Amino acid sequence: MKTEWPLWEIFIRGQHGLSHRHVGSLHAPDAEMAIKNARDVYTRRNEGVSIWVVEAAAITASSPSDKGPMYEPSESKVYRHPSFYDIPDDVGAM
Amino acid sequence: MYAQMVKSTGTGLKSADEMSAEERAFQARIDAGEKIEPKDWMPEGYRKTLIRQIGQHAHSEIVGQLPEGNWITRAPTLERKAILLAKVQDEAGHGLYLYCAAETLGVSRDEMTEMLLDGRMKYSSIFNYPTLTWADMGAVGWLVDGAAIMNQVPLQRTSFGPYSRAMIRVCKEESFHQRQGFDIMMKMAQGTPQQKAMAQDALNRFWYPALMMFGPSDKDSVHSAQSMAWKIKMNTNDELRQKFVDQTVPQAEYLGLTVPDENLTWNEEKGGYDFSEPDWEEFFEVIKGNGPCNTDRLAARNKAWDDGAWVREGMMAHAEKKRARKMAAE
Ligand SMILES: [Fe+2]
Ligand SMILES: [Fe+2]
Ligand SMILES: [Fe+2]
Repeated sequence: MKTEWPLWEIFIRGQHGLSHRHVGSLHAPDAEMAIKNARDVYTRRNEGVSIWVVEAAAITASSPSDKGPMYEPSESKVYRHPSFYDIPDDVGAM
Repeated sequence: MYAQMVKSTGTGLKSADEMSAEERAFQARIDAGEKIEPKDWMPEGYRKTLIRQIGQHAHSEIVGQLPEGNWITRAPTLERKAILLAKVQDEAGHGLYLYCAAETLGVSRDEMTEMLLDGRMKYSSIFNYPTLTWADMGAVGWLVDGAAIMNQVPLQRTSFGPYSRAMIRVCKEESFHQRQGFDIMMKMAQGTPQQKAMAQDALNRFWYPALMMFGPSDKDSVHSAQSMAWKIKMNTNDELRQKFVDQTVPQAEYLGLTVPDENLTWNEEKGGYDFSEPDWEEFFEVIKGNGPCNTDRLAARNKAWDDGAWVREGMMAHAEKKRARKMAAE
């Protein structure tokens, strides 16, 4: 029998109240084992306080060739940034 | 290095005119310092060369556990045992980070494992040398991890995103490896005359194999030129070897040990040491499979893979059964 364990993507929350961040992947037969393995592979030095595992096959990603149509619309909307507005110094901090 | 003599796939370095529009755009991204991610377009040669290189690197981390694992049960103190165990466990982790980086390029973990086990893929020549005494644990950490660091630090800037990120993790963990090795060497070198002699003997046996880790001179190699243009190789083998010697010789002096090279002299003009080349014939023999431990190493990996088959299969069957039961209950 030839069965490769499925691939899981691993997300870890660091110590400081941050969001979970992708750190890598690993193989495991199921989610429970994926968490145990992630503990050993990715948190040997206290790198995290919480682990998420997601089967890699369940992730849908944007495609790199869509980069233009996906992100260009936001490039022209400079008025979404505070630096677009000139507030006189006299007004004080804003 | 951990990946020695990786041949690039392709016709060698192309000029901008010879490149297709896609290749030109790809090279421009690399030249601009952008990272290439798995789903981005890449030349087939880039993909294949990286699979070979990252795979070889991963295999080296995994096989590299064997010479040190050899001493875990015989470490002189409980503290040394805990340290060595942690170090060897890190190496397993390094192998795993690298395997997953390679997998993003479309090769499966099982395929890579099988290629290691049947000899189609290589691992670093250094791990085909035996670890005969406890002092070898010092020499391996100091010299072998030291040489690995020399290569891995620049690779943090490599163009392929997953490889670069794996290298950043590895480098963070690696400096403890070299330090614990040097710490063992210090203890031995400052110990009884017999202990100091063991330390010297370990240095004698590991010096040239450590120099071989960087691979033969590749300043004229077309493969290296291509890999350097792609930023999957950051320095020539000779540059890294020189840097390693310059860094290590003063450390040996600090230990009061002698580097086994009569020709070792400081060259004021180049600001580095002149030193003897390792025996490259021996290197090619080791690469071909005729080193002192090649057979043992591969046998150990094959045994682990074969003996573990029922566990891998059993756990998968169990996971499937659980899933089916859960589905039925819903
Ligand atoms: Fe390592
Ligand atoms: Fe290491
Ligand atoms: Fe290593």
